Amino acid sequence: MEELDGDPAVTLIPGVNSKKQICFDWGPGEMLVCETAFNKKEKSEMVPGCPFIHIIRKDVDVYSKILRKLFNESHGIFVGLQRIEEELTGKSRKAAAKDQASGRQFSSQVSILSAMELIWNLCEILFIEVAPAGPLLLHLLDWVRLHVCEVDSLLADVLGTGNPSKHESFWNLVTILVLQGRLDEARQMLSREADANPASADMCRILGDLMRTMPILSPGNTQTLTELELKWQHWREECERHLQDNTFAASPALESLCKIMLGDEAALLEQKELLNNWYHFLVTRLLYSHPTVKPIDLHFYAQSSLDMFLGGESSPEPLDNILMAAFEFDIHQVIKECSIALSNWWFVAHLTDLLDHCRLLQSHNLYFGSNMREFLLLEYASGLFSHHSLWQLGVDYFDHCPELGRVSLELHIERIPLNTEQKALKVLRICEQRQMTEQVRSICKILAMKSVRNNRLGSALSWSIRAKDAAFATLVSDRFLRDYCERGCFSDLDLIDNLGPAMMLSDRLTFLGKYREFHRLYGEKRFSDASSLLLSLMTSQIAPRSFWMTLLTDALPLLEQKQVIFSAEQTYELMRCLEDLTSRRLECGEPDAQKPQDDDIETTKVEMLRLALARNLARAIIKEGSLEGS
Amino acid sequence: MESICAKFVSQKISKTRWRPLPPGSLQTSETFATGSWDNEDNYVSLWSIGDFGNLDSDGGFEGDHQLLCDIRHDGDVMDLQFFDQERIVAASSTGCVTVFLHHTNNQTLSVNQQWKTAHHHTKPYSPVYRGAPCTGIVCDNPEIVTVGEDGRINLFRVDHKEAVRTIDNADSSTLHAVTFLRTPEIVTVNSIGQLKIWDFRLQGNEPAQILSLNGDRVPLHCVDRHPNQQHVVATGGQDGMLSIWDVRQGTMPVSLLKAHEAEMWEVHFHPSKPDHLFTCSEDGSLWHWDASIDMPEKSSLFHQGGRSSTFLSHSIGNQANVHQSVISSWLSTDPARDRIEITSLLPTRTLSVNSLDVLGPCLVCGTDAEAIYVSRQLFS
Repeated sequence: MEELDGDPAVTLIPGVNSKKQICFDWGPGEMLVCETAFNKKEKSEMVPGCPFIHIIRKDVDVYSKILRKLFNESHGIFVGLQRIEEELTGKSRKAAAKDQASGRQFSSQVSILSAMELIWNLCEILFIEVAPAGPLLLHLLDWVRLHVCEVDSLLADVLGTGNPSKHESFWNLVTILVLQGRLDEARQMLSREADANPASADMCRILGDLMRTMPILSPGNTQTLTELELKWQHWREECERHLQDNTFAASPALESLCKIMLGDEAALLEQKELLNNWYHFLVTRLLYSHPTVKPIDLHFYAQSSLDMFLGGESSPEPLDNILMAAFEFDIHQVIKECSIALSNWWFVAHLTDLLDHCRLLQSHNLYFGSNMREFLLLEYASGLFSHHSLWQLGVDYFDHCPELGRVSLELHIERIPLNTEQKALKVLRICEQRQMTEQVRSICKILAMKSVRNNRLGSALSWSIRAKDAAFATLVSDRFLRDYCERGCFSDLDLIDNLGPAMMLSDRLTFLGKYREFHRLYGEKRFSDASSLLLSLMTSQIAPRSFWMTLLTDALPLLEQKQVIFSAEQTYELMRCLEDLTSRRLECGEPDAQKPQDDDIETTKVEMLRLALARNLARAIIKEGSLEGS
Repeated sequence: MESICAKFVSQKISKTRWRPLPPGSLQTSETFATGSWDNEDNYVSLWSIGDFGNLDSDGGFEGDHQLLCDIRHDGDVMDLQFFDQERIVAASSTGCVTVFLHHTNNQTLSVNQQWKTAHHHTKPYSPVYRGAPCTGIVCDNPEIVTVGEDGRINLFRVDHKEAVRTIDNADSSTLHAVTFLRTPEIVTVNSIGQLKIWDFRLQGNEPAQILSLNGDRVPLHCVDRHPNQQHVVATGGQDGMLSIWDVRQGTMPVSLLKAHEAEMWEVHFHPSKPDHLFTCSEDGSLWHWDASIDMPEKSSLFHQGGRSSTFLSHSIGNQANVHQSVISSWLSTDPARDRIEITSLLPTRTLSVNSLDVLGPCLVCGTDAEAIYVSRQLFS
C-alpha cells in the first residue's frame, strides 16, 4: 500500500448516533449504513435505536441538475474523441476547447466548475498546446484574462460615466489593464486623463508612448526571440531612464504604473488586491520581467511567485497545489491532487483521457487493475451507473476501457431496475450490441418471469423465445396446456398461431403449436389432416405422455364420424398407444395418487375408447377391403 | 444541418409533441410539450420557441426554446398527445392516464382528468390491481384510446369518469402503439410483429383484421397513418425496418425498407406534406424520408395534392376503383426506381432519439442524451 496523501475526510451522517456500533455495506458509488445492536449491554437497556438505513452517496455532484448537462455534453465529446482517435490526435484539442466552452456556460453557477475550468485551461496550454518560449506567455496572458474577468464590467462601468477620469476606480482600472497586459486599452484611458487634466498631459503622453512601444510577440510576426529580447532590453532601459529622471514624480499613480511595467516586484505586490491571486501575479511578473520565459523555467518563477504572494501569511490551498503541479509539468501530480480535491470524477477522468490521447501519459500501471486512465474512467462510469438516469452514459465509458470495461458493464447492467418493457428493450439492445449473451438471457428471463407472475403467458412465451430459453418455453407451454385442460379453450391464439420457426425452440412448444394446429384443422373440418397430425403427435413422441389421454379423447369424435377417417393402419397405431398407456399406468401403480372416483371416469374413458377404436377398425377394414375389391 | 438547435434539459426525454394550431391558422406552431422518463421525478413540460430576445437564467441563447411551465408526472411518460389546444394527455408507466390542462393566462399546468388504473395486471386469484405501463395513446376529440403492456385497449371520453369501452386481453403480447385509421377504427401494433385493426362498432373482443410480418415476428414499436390516404400505414420495428402497409389488401406489408440499425421508436408522416416521412431510432439517428422527388408522372406537389383530394371526396366503399391510377408514392413497389431520398437530420450521433414530431416547417425531437433538438426550417 502506498501511504495516504492526507487524512480521509470525516462525513457526519445526520440522524446516526456515532456512539453506537454502525454497520455498513459497499455498493457501486454508494454505501448503506445503519445502526446495530452489536453491543449486548446496550441491547438490555433497550434504548430505541435509529430505525433507518441510510444511503450514503459519495458522488453527490452526479445529482446536480446543472452538472447533468455537462455530463451529457461531455459524453458526446468523449465518444466523438474515441472515434476520431485513429485519424488525428490533434483533434483532441478541439474536444478540449469544447469542454471548456460547455464548462464556461455554467461556471457562473457552481464555483467548483470555474476552478475546474481554470485547471483545465492551464493543462491545455502546458500539456496539449506545448507552447514554446514566447507564445507561452501570450497563452498564459489569455488564460489570466479569461479567468480574471471582473475588469470588463469595471471598464464598462467607468466608461459609462460622463467623465471617466473622475471615476473613483479610474486608477484601479488602469492598473488592472496594465497588470493584464492590455496596454492599448490602458493607453486609451490615459489619453482621457490627459484630456481632463492638462497638468498631467505630458506625463500621460510619455507613459502612453512607453506602452505603445513595448515590444511584444504577435502571432503573425516572424521576428526571432533574440531580436525580441534585444528590443525589449532597449525599451526597458528607456523606462528605467524615465523613472530615474523622475519624469512621473508629480503623479504617484503614473509612477507606480511605470514601476509595474519594469517588473518591479515590490510595486507589483502593492497591487495585491487587484491581482487577486498568485498566478495572476506570476503572469504579470513574467510579462514585465521575463517575457521569453521557457517552459522549463516556469516552475521556478511559479514557486517564487507563490511564496512572495502568500508572504508566509497563509498556506497554499488545494487549487494552488494543483496549479503548481501543472507548472512543474508533473501530470501525475496534477491528476492526483485533483482527485483528492474535487468532489467528482468527471474532471480527472476526462483530463486523463485527453492527456492519454495526446500520448502524454506514459502507461503508469497501478497495483490494482489497469492503467490510470482506465481506472479513472471506470470510477467515473460506475458513479454514473449508480444514478437512476445517467446510467446510459456510463455504457460508452466502459466500452473504452479495454481491460476491465466489459466485466464492469456486465456486472452493472444486470442490476438496472427494469420497470417497463421499453427500458428493458434499451438495456437488451446495449447487451446485444456487445454480444453479452449471458446478460441477454438473464434479462429476458426476468421479463418472462414477470409476465408469468402477471398472468401474461403470451408475453412470457415471447420473452423466452427471444432469450432462446428452451426450459422456460417448456414451462410456459405447460401452463398453456394446463389452462387448456381446465378451460377447454386456448388463450392467446394470435401468438400460438403465429409461432413459425420459433416453435422448434422446445419440444413442448412444438407440441403446443401442433396441437393448436390440430384444433384449427378440426375446426375447419379437415378431418383426415387432423387425424394424421394427431396420430403423429403421439407416435413421434412429441406429446408428453401425460397428455396422451387427452389426445386420445380428442380422437373420439373423429372415430365416431360417419365417414371413416382413421385407416386400419392408423387405428392399430392408436390402439397400441392406448394399450401402451394403460399398461404403463398399471406398472407404475398410480392408484393411490388418484381418487377412486377419478379412476372410475378414467376406466370408462378407456372402455369407450376401446369400443370406438374397435368399431372404427371394423369399418376401416370393410372400407379398405371393399375398395380393393371394387 | 445548421438550422437545428439543441438544448440540454437535465432529463431524458421520452416524448415530444407540437401543440396543434387552431384550424385555419397560418402561423407556425411555437409551443411543444415534452415528457421525461427514468428520472426520480418525471415531468410533463411545455416549451416555447418564440423569440424572447434575451438570455434566460440558464445562459441559453436567443432563439432557443424556453420552458413555459411543467408539472410532476408519476412514473415515466410513455406517450404524450395533445387532446386539443389546451389539454395534453399523458400515459404513465404506472398504468395511469392523465389529462393535463394548460392555463395560458398564468402559464401553469393542472390535472384535468385522471384514470388511475387504466392499465393493470390482474392476478389470477386476487383482486389486487398491479399497474401495467400504458404504452400508447391516440386522441380524437372527444375520444381517447389507450393501449398497454397488459394487452388491453381502453376507449375513454374526456368527460367520463369510467372507460366507455374496454377490450381485455386484446393482445396476448405487449401493445406498443395505437393510431386511428378511420374514426371508429383503430390500428395497434404489438411485440410479435402484428398489426391489428379494431372496429369499435363491432361487439366482442376480436380484431377486425390481423396483418403481420412474416417469419421473424419482429416487434413493431410505432405506427402512423398517411394523413390523406387512410389505408396507407407506416410502422417501425425492432430491427429498424420501416414497413409500409396497405390495409385494404393483403396481410403483409407492401414494402419493407431497411432503415435504422436499432429499434425505430417513432414514425411520422408530415401532416401537410405526406410525401415526407420522419423516423427516429435507438441508434441515435433521425431521418427525413422524401418520396416527392423525381416522380416523372408527378409534375408537382400541387398536382398531387389535387389528386389526393379527389380521392378524399369519394366514399371509402369504392375507393379501390377510383384510386387505381392514384397510387400513393409510398405504395409503389418498383424497386428499380430509387426514388426516396433520405437525409439524416442530427449533426452527430447521440444516444437514442426517443421521439419526434413535425408540424409545418418545424421539427422537434428528444433524446436520452437529455437534449431537445428543434429545427424550424425543415424544407429550406
